[in-house]
Amino acid sequence: MKIKAPRDFWAGLMFISFGVGFMVVARNYAMGNAVRMGPAYFPMVLGGLLALLGLAIFVQSFIVKGDKVPRIVFRPMLLIVLAIVLFGVLLKPLGLIVATGLLIVIGALGGHEFKTKEVAILFVILAIFAVLVFVKGLGLPIPVCPAVLDDWCRGVHIGN
Amino acid sequence: MESLLANLGLGFGVALTPLNLLYCFGGVLLGTLIGVLPGIGPVATIAMLLPVTFTLPPVSALIMLAGIYYGAQYGGSTTAILVNIPGESSSVVTALDGYKMARQGRAGPALGIAALGSFFAGCVSTVIIALFAPPLAEVALKFGPTEYFSLMVLGLIAAVVLAHGSLIKAIAMVLLGLLLGLVGTDVNSGVARYSFGVSELSDGIGFVTVAMGMFGIAEIVANLDHREARDIFVAKVSNLMPSWKEIKFCMPAILRGTMLGSALGILPGGGALLASFAAYTLEKKAARPPRNFGEGDIRGVAAPESANNAGAQTSFIPLLTLGIPSNPVMALMIGAMMIQGIAPGPQVMTERPQLFWGMIASMWVGNLMLVILNLPLIGIWIKLLTIPYRILYPAILLFCCVGVYSVNNTSFDIYLMCVFAVLGYIGVKLECEPAPLILGFILGPLMEENLRRAMLLSRGDASVFFTKPISAVLLGVGLILLLIVLAPTVRKKREEAFVEV
Repeated sequence: MKIKAPRDFWAGLMFISFGVGFMVVARNYAMGNAVRMGPAYFPMVLGGLLALLGLAIFVQSFIVKGDKVPRIVFRPMLLIVLAIVLFGVLLKPLGLIVATGLLIVIGALGGHEFKTKEVAILFVILAIFAVLVFVKGLGLPIPVCPAVLDDWCRGVHIGN
Repeated sequence: MESLLANLGLGFGVALTPLNLLYCFGGVLLGTLIGVLPGIGPVATIAMLLPVTFTLPPVSALIMLAGIYYGAQYGGSTTAILVNIPGESSSVVTALDGYKMARQGRAGPALGIAALGSFFAGCVSTVIIALFAPPLAEVALKFGPTEYFSLMVLGLIAAVVLAHGSLIKAIAMVLLGLLLGLVGTDVNSGVARYSFGVSELSDGIGFVTVAMGMFGIAEIVANLDHREARDIFVAKVSNLMPSWKEIKFCMPAILRGTMLGSALGILPGGGALLASFAAYTLEKKAARPPRNFGEGDIRGVAAPESANNAGAQTSFIPLLTLGIPSNPVMALMIGAMMIQGIAPGPQVMTERPQLFWGMIASMWVGNLMLVILNLPLIGIWIKLLTIPYRILYPAILLFCCVGVYSVNNTSFDIYLMCVFAVLGYIGVKLECEPAPLILGFILGPLMEENLRRAMLLSRGDASVFFTKPISAVLLGVGLILLLIVLAPTVRKKREEAFVEV
C-alpha cells in the first residue's frame, strides 16, 4: 500500500483520533436513550460520525492521488506559541509592561527580520497604547507593573 | 409598506443618535483599515473587539461590529487594486482587472467605481433586508425544535457546500466544531463534559478563544511561513471619479453584481467571498460587449465589488431572522448577541425592534460614511500599505492576548488560544478550513438542545424529522444540495469556480 495523498492521510488520521477520543471520554457519561438523551448521547453520535468520515478520508488517501503536505516551518510557530504562553504566565506576577515586552520581542524573533531598533520602538508604542487603552480607557483589571513594584506604581498613578 | 417606512423611521431614529453614529463611524473606519491591511481579516478583528463591546449598549455594539464587516469589503478593494494582493479574501477577483487598470494609470477610476458600486449595492441590500427579513422571521416564529434542528442541519450543509475546498473535510470540521461546542457543563444533567477536572473548561470554551486562535494567531503563523513579498505600486492616484461614460458602461455590471450578491448572501455559507467570485464569473459570461476581462476591464472591478458588499450585508438576514450564522463573521455576531443577553432568533425583531431596525438603518448610514470617507482618505490607506507585516503582527499578537484574557480575566484562555492556534495551523497544512469548525462550534449546544426537545416531544421517534412537512423540506433541500455537489460534473464546476478566476 502506498499513500497517494499524504495530506488526506494525515487529515484522516487526525479526524479519526478526535472522533474516537470524544467517544472514549463520552463513555464516562450517562448515555440515556433516544427519548431522554443523556450527556453522552449527542457526543457519542457525533464522535462516531467524525471517526467514520476520518476513516473515509484515510482510506481515500490510498486510492486517489492528492497533494503533499506543504512544508511545515516550526520556528515561527514555536516562538509565537512560546511568546503567548509566557505572556499568560507573566501577566499577573510581572504586569502588562514586562509581559508585553517579552511577547513582542519573542514574537518578533519568529519573523524573518529582526531589527532591534524597530522592535524597541514598537514595544514602547504598544506598551503605552496598551496601558492607556486597556487599563486606563477600558478599565480592564490587569496589573501594569510587577507586583513587587506595585506600591511605587500606584503612587505614580495617583500622582503623589 | 407603511409599516416598512415606520420601521425604517424607527431604525434611523436609533442609528442617527450621536453615540451610535460614532460607533458606526468607528466600525467602518476600523473595517476599512483592516480591509486594506493584508494578513488581518474581519473575523480576527471582530473577535478581538468582542471583549471591548461587553460594556457598550447592545445596539451600539452590533452596529460597530457590523460596520467592521462591510467596511472591510470597501478596504479590501483598495489593496487589491493598488498592490495586486487582496486585502480581504473577497477581493481576490477584484485584483485581476483592478491591478491591470492601476498599471495602465487608471487606478483612480478603478477605486472610484469600486466605492460607487459598493455604495449602490449597500443601499439596495439594506432595502432587501428591510423587505425580506420580517416575513422570514414570521415563518421562523412558527418553528418548533424539530424544524430548528433540521434548519441547522441544512445551514451547516449549505455552508460546507458553498465554501471552497474539500467537501468531506469541511463536513468533518463541522463535526469537530460541534463536538468542541459541547465542552462544558451540560444544561440538562449538570455533568461537566470534557472538562477533565479543569474548572475553566467546565464553563465551556469561549468562542472568542477559538476564533482568535484559529483566525488570528494561526493566520500569523501561516503568514510567517514565507517571506513577505509586497510590490507596492505607488502610482499617483488622481481623478478618482470615473467619467459618466464609464459609470453608464458599468451600470449593468453593478446591477447584476448587486442582485447576485444579495441572493448569494442570504444563502447559508454565502457572504462576501462567494458573492464576488460568482459575480466575476457571471460578468465574464454576461457582459456585452464582451471585452478583455483580465486585461483591465472596469466592469471586472465593478461587478465583484458590488457583489461582495451586497453579500456581506444580506448575510445578516439569516442571522437576524433565524438566528443561524451563515459564515464565521455571523457566528461571531451571534456570540456578541449572546454576550449581551440577546437570544438570536426570530423573536429579536418583535421583542427588540430598536435593535433590529437600528442595525439595518445603520448599514445604510455606514455605507454613506464609507463612500464619503474612503475616496478622500485613499492617500492615508496607501501610506498604511507600506507598513511591513513584521511591525503589524506583534501588535495583533498583543491585541489577541489581552482580548482573550479580558473575557474571563484568566490566563487559561490564553493557553487555550494557543491550542487552537496550533490546530488552526495544522488545519491550514492539511487543507482543513477553520470556517466550518467555527460554525459548528457556535451551533453545537443549540443543535443538541433542539434535538433533545424534538426527540422528547416525539417520544424517541426519529422519523419525526421526515414526517413534519417543514422539517422534511429543509432536510430534503440539504440532501439535494449534497447530492448535487457530489455529482461529478457539478463537482468539477465548483472547483473551477474557485480556481479558474
